[in-house]
Amino acid sequence: MDNTNNNIDQMPKKSPFSMQIDLQKFEKATDEEKHQQEVMSNSSSFFKDGMKRLKKNPLAMGSIIVLILIVLMIIITPHVIPYQYSQIITVDGVRDKSASNMAPLKHSDLEKEYIKKGGKVFPHLMGTDELGRDYFVRVVYGTRISLTVGIIASILVLLIGVLYGSISGYFGGRVDMVMMRIVDVIYSVPDLLMIILLSVVLNEILDVNSFPFMQKLGTNMISLFIVFGLLYWVGMARLVRGQILTVKENEYVLAAQVSGAKSGRIIRKHILPNCISVIIISAALQIPSAIFTESFLSFIGLGVKSPMPSLGSLANEARAGLTTYSYKLIFPAIMIALITLAFNLLGDGLRDAFDPKLRR
Amino acid sequence: MNEHILSVKDLHTSFTTEKGEVKAVNGVSFDLDKGKILGIVGESGSGKSVTAYSVMRILEANGKIDSGEVLYKGQDITKFSEKQMRDFRGKCCSIIFQDPMTSLNPVFTVGNQLKEAIELHTSRKGKEAENRAVEMLTLVGVNEPEKRIKQYPFEFSGGMRQRVMIAMALACEPDILIADEPTTALDVTIQAQILELMQDLQKKMGMAIIMVTHDLGVIADMCDEIIVMYGGRVCERGTAEDIFYRPSHEYTKGLLSSIPDVEKIGEKLHPIPGTPINLLNMPKGCAFCPRCESAMKICLNEQPPEMQLPDGHYASCWLNIKKAMEAKEGAAQHE
Amino acid sequence: MTKYVGKRIVLALVTLFIVCGITFFAMNAIPGGPFDGEKAISPEVKAEMEKRFNLDKPVSQQFIIYMKNILHGDFGVSAKTGRDIGKTISTSFKVSAKLGAMAIITAVVFGVILGSSAALTRNHLPDRLIIFLSTLISALPSFVLASLLLLTFCIKLKWIPVWNPKNPNYILPVISLAAYPMAYITRLTKTSMLDAMGQDYVRTAKAKGVASWKVLFKHALRNALIPVVTYVGPMIASILTGSLVIEKIFTIGGLGSKFVDSITNRDYPLIMGVTIFLAVLMVTMNLITDIVYKIIDPRINLD
Repeated sequence: MDNTNNNIDQMPKKSPFSMQIDLQKFEKATDEEKHQQEVMSNSSSFFKDGMKRLKKNPLAMGSIIVLILIVLMIIITPHVIPYQYSQIITVDGVRDKSASNMAPLKHSDLEKEYIKKGGKVFPHLMGTDELGRDYFVRVVYGTRISLTVGIIASILVLLIGVLYGSISGYFGGRVDMVMMRIVDVIYSVPDLLMIILLSVVLNEILDVNSFPFMQKLGTNMISLFIVFGLLYWVGMARLVRGQILTVKENEYVLAAQVSGAKSGRIIRKHILPNCISVIIISAALQIPSAIFTESFLSFIGLGVKSPMPSLGSLANEARAGLTTYSYKLIFPAIMIALITLAFNLLGDGLRDAFDPKLRR
Repeated sequence: MNEHILSVKDLHTSFTTEKGEVKAVNGVSFDLDKGKILGIVGESGSGKSVTAYSVMRILEANGKIDSGEVLYKGQDITKFSEKQMRDFRGKCCSIIFQDPMTSLNPVFTVGNQLKEAIELHTSRKGKEAENRAVEMLTLVGVNEPEKRIKQYPFEFSGGMRQRVMIAMALACEPDILIADEPTTALDVTIQAQILELMQDLQKKMGMAIIMVTHDLGVIADMCDEIIVMYGGRVCERGTAEDIFYRPSHEYTKGLLSSIPDVEKIGEKLHPIPGTPINLLNMPKGCAFCPRCESAMKICLNEQPPEMQLPDGHYASCWLNIKKAMEAKEGAAQHE
Repeated sequence: MTKYVGKRIVLALVTLFIVCGITFFAMNAIPGGPFDGEKAISPEVKAEMEKRFNLDKPVSQQFIIYMKNILHGDFGVSAKTGRDIGKTISTSFKVSAKLGAMAIITAVVFGVILGSSAALTRNHLPDRLIIFLSTLISALPSFVLASLLLLTFCIKLKWIPVWNPKNPNYILPVISLAAYPMAYITRLTKTSMLDAMGQDYVRTAKAKGVASWKVLFKHALRNALIPVVTYVGPMIASILTGSLVIEKIFTIGGLGSKFVDSITNRDYPLIMGVTIFLAVLMVTMNLITDIVYKIIDPRINLD
C-alpha cells in the first residue's frame, strides 16, 4: 500500500481518517519482529580485520607471492643447478676459456663438442660472466646475500630501535629527554659517509682470520652491520617512542583502566596492537632500504668480497662490458627492482590494512 | 502565506561508500522564516548535519542530493550552477562548524581569512576589507582586534576561535546563519557566552538561524521552532513548549526521559534501548521501530505520516494515529 | 623563534664536531703512517718529516691542529698526488653542485606537480599511472637506473652523447639523480594533498564561497607542502650520495667520483677532507631546512 509514500511528498496535514488502516496492524510488535530490522556488522579482532583487508589488496598479495617465489628459487637452485657461484666452467675436466661472457642459453664451442660426444651440459640460463662462471647461479647467490643482509640489518634496527624507543617512551621525563637528545645527534650524522668511512677503516684494521665465519662475508659486511647497528635504528626508536607516548596518554587506555582492566591486559590488547603494526610496517620498509645501501656500497667496491657476488657488485662488474654484454647488467637490475618493489608494495599494503588511523 | 526565506521540501541525501549507499536524509521538510531561529535536534547519525550541509551544498565528494527541493527566496538551490552556489555561500547563507580549531586554516592569519570572505562577497578590498574585519571582531567581542587580526588561529582560545568563525560567517551579512553544533566542543561556561552572542547578533542583524545540535538544553532557550530528527527523518516538529511539555513521538519521549533529573537522584537512568540505526540498511517502516517500546505491527512495515496534533504541533508516529482513530471511534459510539 | 634556531645551530655544530672526530680518529687508527711504505729513509729524515707534519705529537693534539687548519680552509695535501686538497674539492665541486642543484629543482618541481595531479584525479587514470610509475622508479637504485639509461640512450640508441666536460649534456645524470627523490616527493605530495583536502578548513573555505581551484591552491596546497619541505634535507643527502655513483657511471669528473677514487686508492687525507666537506654541506642543508620549516608553519613553536 503506497498511501504512506504519497503523504510524505506533500506538506503532511492530511487527516488520518481518510486512510484505510487495518486495525490489526495496531497490535504491538514482538521483539523478534523488531530485531529482524536490525543489521549490525560483525565485529572481529584487530588482527583479523587487518588480514582481511590485506588479502583484498592484489599488489600486496602479489608481492608476497613474488617474495615466496624468490625464496624458493634461492633454496632450490643449489640443488638443481650443478654450478657453484665461484666455479669456473670446466668441460670434461678441462678449463674452458672460451666459455666466458656468453649470452644466455648459449653453449661454448667446447661444450658443443662435449654434447656431440654425448655428454650433458646444463644450460647457462643467464649466460656466463667474464671469468667463465655461470651467471644465473651468481645472480641467485647474489640475491641470497642481498636478501640476507637486508633482513639481518632490518632485524638489528628493529631490536635496538624498539628497545631504545620503548625505554624512552615508557619512562618519560628526564630519561626520555636525554635519550632523545642523543637520538637527535645521531640522526643528524650523515650515515652513508660514516658507513663508507668505517668500511675503509675496518678493512685495514679487522683481522678477518680471527673470526672465521666473517671470512666469507668480508669485513665490509661487518662494517655495514656495525654502522646499521650504530646509526640506522634511530628512526625506529623515534617511531616506537612516539607510539608509546600517544598510547599512554590516549583515553582508551584510561578507559580500560577505569573499567577495571589489569595492566597486562591493557598492554596486550591496547598498547601493543597499535605499536606492533607500526613496527612491522617500518621493519618491512627497512629491508629494501638496507638492500639499497648494501648494493650501493658493493657498487663502489665496499661490499662483499669477491668472488662472493651481491646484486650490487654484479651490477658494478657489468659496467665494464656494458656495450657488448648488456644482459649482465639487466639481470641483477631486475632482481633488485623486484625485491625492492615487492617489499615496498608489501609495506604499503600492510600500512593500508593495519594502520587504524588511515581513513579512505 | 509569508514567503519563507528558506523552504526545504522532501529532501533526500545519500552517500556512496564501499559498503553501499548510506541514506543520511530521507524526506526532510521544513520552513524557515526571516529572522526566526529553527532548531534541529537529533543524535549522531540522525542526519541533522547532513541536512545543513545539503542546504549549503558542501557535501563530501561521495554525497549527493538525490531528490527534493531547497528553496531560497523561492529559487531552488539544488538546481544552481557552481558559480551561483559560490555567490550564495557566505553571502546569502553562512555556516559555522563544530570544531573551530580545525575549521580555521592554521597557516593563515585570522585577518587573512576574514578578509577573504569580505573581499569575495562585498565591494570592499584591501584596507577597507581589513577595517570591516576589525569591525566584525569587535562585534563578536574579541578584544584588541587590530592586534589579533595579525595572529594565527592557534593563538586563540577555543571560545575566541568560535567568535572568529562567527565573525567570518556574518561578515557579509547573510540572510541565514547555520550553526552546526557550535558549542559542542566548548566548555560549558563558554557555551553560554557563545549562545548569548548569537542571540545578540541575531537581534542586531536580523538574520534567520538554523541551530543544529544534539543538546536539548541549547535548543530550549533559543529556538522559535524545533524539529526532532532520527534516521534521516523528521519525527516531531513544534515550539519548545510543545516538544518539551507535550512530546508526541516515542523518540522525543525517550530523549527527554533519558536526561538525568536532579530531583530524582538515586533513581536508575533510562537510556533509549538498542543501538542507533544503521543507515546502510534502512527499515521499511518507522526508523525508530527497532528501539521503540511501544512498537506496533504497522510500524514495522509502513512509515508513519506526519499528523497534526490537537495543540497544533506535528509528529510522525502511528501511536498518535491510533489514538486519533480510537478517539473517533469512541466519539462515533457515543452518538 | 631564536631559541629554536639557537638549539638547531648547537645541534649542527655538535654533529659536525662528532663527525670530524670520528673521521679523524678512524683514519688515524689505520696502522702505518704515510711514510712507512716509502723507500728506505734514514730514521733522522723520517723523524724530521714526522715533526714537520706534526705526526710526533699525540693524536688528540693532531686533531686540534687539523681542525684549526680546516677552519682556515687548509685540508692538507693528497697522499697520492700531493695536490692541495682544498683546491681539488673546490674545483671538482663546481660541476657536482650544478648537477645537484638541477636535480633538486627537477625533483621538487615535477614531484609537486605530479603529486598534486595525482591527488586531484584520485582513483582515475592519471593518478594510477603516476603512482605506478613512481613506485617503479623508486624500486631501482639510482646507479642501476643510471646504468640502464646509459645503456639505452648513450650506447644502444646513441641519442645522447657521452659526457664531455667542454660541452656537458646534463639530461641523463640529472634524471638519474632526481628520479628517486622525485618519485618520493610525488607520493608524499599526493598523500599530503589528500590529507589537506579532507581537512575541515577546506570545507570552511568552500562554505565561504571560495572558488574550487583557489580552495585547492591557496588553502590545501600551502598546508600540503609543509611535509615536503621536511624532506628537502634527506633529499639533499640522498642526491649527494647518489652523485658518488652517478658521476662514476657517466664519467663526470666531479667531487663524487673524486671521492670514490680516493676510497679505491686509499688516499686517506683526501678521504678525510672530502668526508668532512660533504658532512658540513649536509648538516648545513639540514639546518637551513629546519629553519625554513619553522618559518612556513607558524604552529611549530617547540623543539
